Amino acid sequence: MGNVLVLAEHRQGALRDVSFEMLAVAPGVAEDMGGEAVVLLFGSGIDDLAKKITEYGLKVLVVDDPAFENFNAEKYQMALSAIIDDLKPSVLMTGHTAQGVDFMPALAVEKKLPLVSDAVGLSYEDGTLKATRTLYSGKVNALVAFKPADTYLVTFREGTVEAPEPAAAAEVEKLDSPLKEDVPYRKFVEYIEAEVGDVDITQSDVLVAIGRGLKEDKNLPPIEELAAAIKADLAGSRAATDAGWIPHDRQVGTSGKAVKPRLYIALGISGAFQHLAGMKGAKTIVAINKDPEAPIFTVADYAIVDDMFKVLPKLTEKIKELKG
Amino acid sequence: MKTFVCIKYVPDTSEAEVKLNPDGLSVDDSRFSFDINDADNYAVEESVLIKEAQGGEVTVLSIGPKKSDVMIRMAMAKGCDKATRVEDDRIATHDPLMVARVLAGGIKGQEFDLVMTGCMANDDWHMATGVALAEELGVNHASMVNKLELQDGKVKVHRELEGGLLEVVELDLPAVLTIQTGINEPRYAPIRGIRQAQKKELNVVSLDDLGIDPAEVGTDASQVVLEKLYIPEVESAAEFIEGEPEEKAEKLASILHKGGLL
Ligand SMILES: Cc1cc2nc3c(=O)[nH]c(=O)nc-3n(C[C@H](O)[C@H](O)[C@H](O)COP(=O)(O)OP(=O)(O)OC[C@H]3O[C@@H](n4cnc5c(N)ncnc54)[C@H](O)[C@@H]3O)c2cc1C
Ligand SMILES: Nc1ncnc2c1ncn2[C@@H]1O[C@H](COP(=O)(O)O)[C@@H](O)[C@H]1O
Repeated sequence: MGNVLVLAEHRQGALRDVSFEMLAVAPGVAEDMGGEAVVLLFGSGIDDLAKKITEYGLKVLVVDDPAFENFNAEKYQMALSAIIDDLKPSVLMTGHTAQGVDFMPALAVEKKLPLVSDAVGLSYEDGTLKATRTLYSGKVNALVAFKPADTYLVTFREGTVEAPEPAAAAEVEKLDSPLKEDVPYRKFVEYIEAEVGDVDITQSDVLVAIGRGLKEDKNLPPIEELAAAIKADLAGSRAATDAGWIPHDRQVGTSGKAVKPRLYIALGISGAFQHLAGMKGAKTIVAINKDPEAPIFTVADYAIVDDMFKVLPKLTEKIKELKG
Repeated sequence: MKTFVCIKYVPDTSEAEVKLNPDGLSVDDSRFSFDINDADNYAVEESVLIKEAQGGEVTVLSIGPKKSDVMIRMAMAKGCDKATRVEDDRIATHDPLMVARVLAGGIKGQEFDLVMTGCMANDDWHMATGVALAEELGVNHASMVNKLELQDGKVKVHRELEGGLLEVVELDLPAVLTIQTGINEPRYAPIRGIRQAQKKELNVVSLDDLGIDPAEVGTDASQVVLEKLYIPEVESAAEFIEGEPEEKAEKLASILHKGGLL
């Protein structure tokens, strides 16, 4: 009892960052609940991945079964359902990722267990497990308390906490695969790699990025003029690529690209965490947004609160002048 | 193909300050404009595209207040055939598992091949309702779908993973798909459609009408409690450049120039 089970995520032979980040959260919560944090890993031929996690000092339970070669929501649900019955963890947590969101809500319904999704914080106080979430694109936080239950389910957002430093190596324990029957309903077909366009924005030195604040593609010229003046490549938020204002492969963020330019100028981008995750590694960040509360300002170095279309022409003109 | 599409009416809070109501448990959304949730708009388009390609029927399902009828009529103007709106203040709407149970109640007992939801609601950000709904209905699902192909009794979908990687999977119908933005180009409602939509069937129902026991979907049934909402402190280390728009532009240009960033 009191144990926090962390389901680690990996894909194409590599553990995902969130798997390590959760190791910064789980041990403290487990200790407060009077148990320990244990990592769970599903896969096929994953000894090296398991070993890597043991370096963080937590016991790793491994289910090594060819059926887990690729992610499959139904298999995960079936296996976790059996593991919950068997190990009775107090908390089962995994990443709030394309993988985690694909099975945790179904597991919660099946097992009649509570779920908090997209948690950015987790703590156990006075006998109650509480999670922090964000709403309205990060403008509001919510504190959510679980009512007493046998197992609490949590999906945890990637990129909110730093992974801990490696500690003394721990042991690996092999579990028998809980998959007893074949799962016929969903079939993995293949992965398709991200498309590569004419410009690889992950290599760009300077990026001018646009968001929904552009409103229409006919408003692009002043942006393009700025980009030309500072030899920047154009990039954008998902809203900008969905609208077709810029090519899909120029999308910055969790479902797009992670970029690290010397200079990133964000224009009319609110700064949803999925966007921030892709650009906060930029060396210098400039944000122009007419909303002073826009979360993009939390990562900006230089900020202008204003209508970008009133600022841009003069900005480009002055830059040209200074560059001579 | 018989399709249900679940849509939510959400406030657009992207351009303004958000304030809380005195109860500390809800957002004062009186100043915001409302519209269909982003991803749901793509789900509506996808359901209409499927109907246009292979015939069938699309039913809109939404839990929400009367004012969301404009959104529902708009979906019908784009080609959805009929709609059910569940209005009942006994639903624990802070818990996506409760919302999913109510949506399931609006579908159960009727024939369907596909149910589509958005992959995420822009207000509460759960990304949980669609997958929970699939389990409530006892059917297959795939989340974060940005392409789908139907082929005799199956659907092949592209799931969008991190970093632009796609996972292609195949499922048997019936199934629930959670739709990601960008899967198509949502149309504007044609004038003729807007007129026709007024005549389409929009049923407003309560939990009792759906045969759902309120005790199963209310705050007592929910295993999570919304303790409080709060406005996070915006910790910004940014240098805010002040002045008239043109002054700001000049100052920024100088800063970038001096910093050797140009
Ligand atoms: C699974 C998933 C993955 C996602 N992946 C990504 C991703 O990789 N990348 C990504 O970007 N998003 C991603 N998103 C979407 C993300 O949640 C946001 O919806 C998106 O980033 C919003 O884009 P935006 O900032 O351009 O638009 P909005 O949030 O609508 O913001 C527009 C901003 O423009 C400002 N504005 C308007 N007019 C002006 C003006 N004239 N001058 C100045 N400012 C103005 C407004 O104040 C507002 O802040 C993902 C979502 C999901 C569910
Ligand atoms: N009140 C509602 N009415 C209809 N559909 C909803 C409602 N709430 C959520 N949904 C659906 O569930 C999806 C995901 O919502 P969420 O899990 O809250 O992020 C939305 O995009 C909608 O398709």
